[in-house]
Amino acid sequence: MPKIKHPARSPHIDMTPMVDLFSLLLTFFMLTTSFRPQEAAPIETPNSVSEKQAPDNDIMTIYISKEGKVFFNIDNGQDTSTHFRIKLLEKMAEQYKLTFTPKELDKFGKMSSFGMPIKNLKAWIDAEDPKERDKLQVGIPMDSTDNQLAWWVRSARITNLSAEVAIKGDAETDYTAVKKIMDLLQENKVNKFNLVTNLQKDEVTLKDMPK
Amino acid sequence: MGEIIVEEKGKKGGKRQAKKHSTRIDMTPMVDLMCLLITFFMLTTAFSKPKVMVITMPEKTDDPADKNRPEIPKNRTLNILLTEGHKVYYYIGIADPKKPAEMPQLVKTDFSKDGIRKFLLIKNKDLFTKIAEYRDKRVTGKTVVADTTADNAIKKMKKEDQKGPIVLIKADDKAKYKDIVDIIDEMAICNIASYAVVDMTPVEIGMLLSAPK
Repeated sequence: MPKIKHPARSPHIDMTPMVDLFSLLLTFFMLTTSFRPQEAAPIETPNSVSEKQAPDNDIMTIYISKEGKVFFNIDNGQDTSTHFRIKLLEKMAEQYKLTFTPKELDKFGKMSSFGMPIKNLKAWIDAEDPKERDKLQVGIPMDSTDNQLAWWVRSARITNLSAEVAIKGDAETDYTAVKKIMDLLQENKVNKFNLVTNLQKDEVTLKDMPK
Repeated sequence: MGEIIVEEKGKKGGKRQAKKHSTRIDMTPMVDLMCLLITFFMLTTAFSKPKVMVITMPEKTDDPADKNRPEIPKNRTLNILLTEGHKVYYYIGIADPKKPAEMPQLVKTDFSKDGIRKFLLIKNKDLFTKIAEYRDKRVTGKTVVADTTADNAIKKMKKEDQKGPIVLIKADDKAKYKDIVDIIDEMAICNIASYAVVDMTPVEIGMLLSAPK
């Protein structure tokens, strides 16, 4: 009896469905992506039941790291041609009698959160190496003699009149550090602010009502 | 990976036909690239947008004789003190050092379900049931209203409430940021109508020192 011969199959797999799927996924990710903003320090926010979404635009965020270091960030506004960041830096430069080149201003406009004494800001903008840049992030000074954070907040409020204030603190930060910021904001007539939190569902219904 | 072109066999002396190209395209490089891109987008995407909790602080007035200062009824005042190690203490009324006989007692509790939440729910029973019933009606479809209308209705209920506690949240130097967020969250869960984050008085710091550990 002759052996049954299997016809030699082509080793090729039809990849069309796979490509279809990949294209779909790729399109989905490309369209839904909003890039994670670079942050100066890892911050683990506390949980809450609040479902209100943080606004994308017109928001200034004050970051408080676990060690109590303070960073600041503001966006360029919904209409990016407003260049709030550049205007803010110009105002601050005027306040602290510093000069920034147009190139530096432009670069600053594209960067994100920062936290250093303003005299080091130039070095931070000019730094090429990200590691070197991170080293400069030591937190914004808030001494009573030279409260730079207050000036940042004040100038930002003048630059973008509709900006809201958000505080993004680490869950393990000491309350005193947060309180200092809240007091500072209140001194600058900001009485309403957003605390950035993680959503954690926790519902209480009528059945849970203790008798 | 080139495609193997199978030529027709058994043709001799016929017309030389142009080589038939396969219509299949090698898609491997394309798939490679797509894989890379997808991985990139998946890793850089911030999926869950951060949520925010809005908190409105009482306006600071330096003038103690300010007429706009709200008068707080003594029996409705609930003070919550937060301190080291996520501990929660509360007392009702006003701690007045001039009246040592009326000094309220601190009660120790915690952030668990049967801790401060239970107490707040009992205190805020009327308003909580009212709001919960209203929400239930919406969920079950008995009343159909828009989200904003419902929010306004709940806001109105909170404003009109005359029985619920007025909570004063006070944290000392050893409290963590998490504690304050947790307690404000607890206010939202229990539908407390009025609460404020205020400074701790020296009397209360003293009370904490002698409080049950």
